[in-house]
Amino acid sequence: MLIKIKNKNDIYSSEITDQETFKQRREFIKQSGQFALAAAGTLAAPELLAGALPTPAPRAKIAGVTKGPFSTDQKPNKYKDITNYCNYYEFGTGKRDPAVNAHSLKTNPWQVAIEGEVEKPGVYNLEDILKPHDLEERIYRFRCVEAWSMVVPWVGFPLADLIKRFKPTSKAKYVEFQTLYDPENMPGQRRRILSWPYTEGLRMDEAMNPLTMMVVGLYGEVLPNQNGAPLRLIVPWKYGFKSIKSIAKIRFTEHQPTTAWNQSAPREYGFYSNVNPEVSHPRWSQAKERVLGSGFFAKKAETKIFNGYADEVASLYTGMDLRKFF
Amino acid sequence: MMSEQTIRWLIKPVLFVLCLVPLGLFTFDVMSGELSADPVKDATLFTGDWTLRFLLITLCVTPLRRLFGWIWLIKLRRMLGLYAFFYACLHFTVWFWLDRELQLGDVIEDIIKRPYITVGFSAFMMLIPLAITSNKYSICRLKKRWQKLHKLVYLIAALGVLHFLWLVKSDVLEPLIYGVLLIVLLSIRAWWERRAKTI
Repeated sequence: MLIKIKNKNDIYSSEITDQETFKQRREFIKQSGQFALAAAGTLAAPELLAGALPTPAPRAKIAGVTKGPFSTDQKPNKYKDITNYCNYYEFGTGKRDPAVNAHSLKTNPWQVAIEGEVEKPGVYNLEDILKPHDLEERIYRFRCVEAWSMVVPWVGFPLADLIKRFKPTSKAKYVEFQTLYDPENMPGQRRRILSWPYTEGLRMDEAMNPLTMMVVGLYGEVLPNQNGAPLRLIVPWKYGFKSIKSIAKIRFTEHQPTTAWNQSAPREYGFYSNVNPEVSHPRWSQAKERVLGSGFFAKKAETKIFNGYADEVASLYTGMDLRKFF
Repeated sequence: MMSEQTIRWLIKPVLFVLCLVPLGLFTFDVMSGELSADPVKDATLFTGDWTLRFLLITLCVTPLRRLFGWIWLIKLRRMLGLYAFFYACLHFTVWFWLDRELQLGDVIEDIIKRPYITVGFSAFMMLIPLAITSNKYSICRLKKRWQKLHKLVYLIAALGVLHFLWLVKSDVLEPLIYGVLLIVLLSIRAWWERRAKTI
C-alpha cells in the first residue's frame, strides 16, 4: 500500500484558509478573548472557551483505497464529530481532550512488537507491518459502552490477514493488544486512571473473524492521532473500548488476557463486552443509544444485539450465557 | 459596613447577572455550534456542574461571613441558593426531557435501579421545600423550624457529590475536588459548633 507522507513544506490547496474564513476566525478568537476577560473575574468555566479555539491538524489522503465489504448504508458522522468526540484517556478524560492534546503523540517512527505463541516474533517497523496489505474502506457502526453511537468510514484491512503472516502456534488461543506506553507524550498516563499501558484482548476466533479490522485511516485520510494513529483495532460488534488505539504490541497467548477496563471495574466491563441491549451496564441501560450528530431533539435508537452484526458473529457465542460472559 | 442601598441597588443586581453568565456562555456555545457531537450530554454536564458549584458557593456564605466579618453577605445567600435550585431544575429538565425523552416508566426505573440517579433525584426533591420556603413569610412562620429545615442543604450537597462520584467511569478527580471542598465547608461549621458548646 502507499501512504503519501507529506513533505514538511508542502501545502495542500485544501489547507489554505481563504481570506473570509481567516477573518472570521480572527474575529472569533478576538471575541473568545474578550469573553475570557469578562469571565476571568467571575465563575465561568474555562473549558467552554478553550474548546472553542481551532486546532490545526495536518491531513493526508491515502492512495489506492478500495471499497470493502460489510459497509452499512447509514450515513457516516461528520469528520469533525468523529475527531472531536473521543474517549482516549491517555490524552485526557474529556471527550474533546484527545483532539486538543494528541498532537504530542509521535507516530513516526513507529514499531509494533509481535510476541508470545507465534512463529515469527519480533519488533517490526510499521511500514513492514503494513506493506503487504491492500487497504479498503469499510463503513461500520460504532457503539460506545456509554450508550452513544456513530457511523464511521474506516480505512484498513482484516486483522486475520495480519495474524496469518506471523503464524501463531497451536497454543495461541487469545490475542492481546497493548497501546504505547509513553507518559512523556501521553499526559493522561501520568495519573493512574487505568492501569497503563492500556491492554485489550480477543479470543482467536474473534480476532480471525472477517469483520475485525486493523485501521490506519478515516474518511480516506491518515488516521488522526486522537482516533488512535498510526494503527488501531476495530471490532464493530463490541463496545468501543475493545477497539484499542495506537497499538505498540500484539501478543498471542494461551490464557485469556487481563484487559484494562475489566481490571478497573470487573463488575461493569467484561472480557467479551459484546454489544447487547439485554445486558445492562450496572449503572445504566444498554437498551437504547444516542446516535451522535443528530442534535438536541433526535430520538434515541434501539440498540441491536452485536450492534447489528449478529449474522456475522452470533455463531461465535453459540451455547454461551451472554449474561455471565458479558 | 455596606449600606442597605448599595446591596439592594448594586450588589444584588450585579450578582443576579453574574449568576447567569455560565448559562449565557453555554447558550453562546450552542448558537455558535461549539458543542460536542453529543449536545444533550454537554447540557447535562453543564447544568449538573453548576448546580454543585452554586450549592458549594451558597455554603461558603456563612464561613466567609464569620471569618471576615462580612455580615452583609448573608443578604446574598438566598439568591445563591435559589440559583443552585435554578440550575438543578435545568439539570432535571434536560435529563427528563432530552435524555430520557419523557418516558415516565424509564425514569421511574432509573430512579429505583440506578443508585447515582436515586441520590441525585432525592437531592433534587429535597431542594424543592427549601426553594419554596426561601421567603420572609416562611421564615416568620416557621421560626426555629426554618433553620432546621434549611440544614437539609448539607445533606443535599453531600448527595450531589455522591451522585457525581457514582456516575463517573474511572476518573474520580473532579468529584473528589467537590467532595474535599464540601468536607472543608462542613468541618468549619462542626468545629465552630463544638467550640461554642465547650465554651
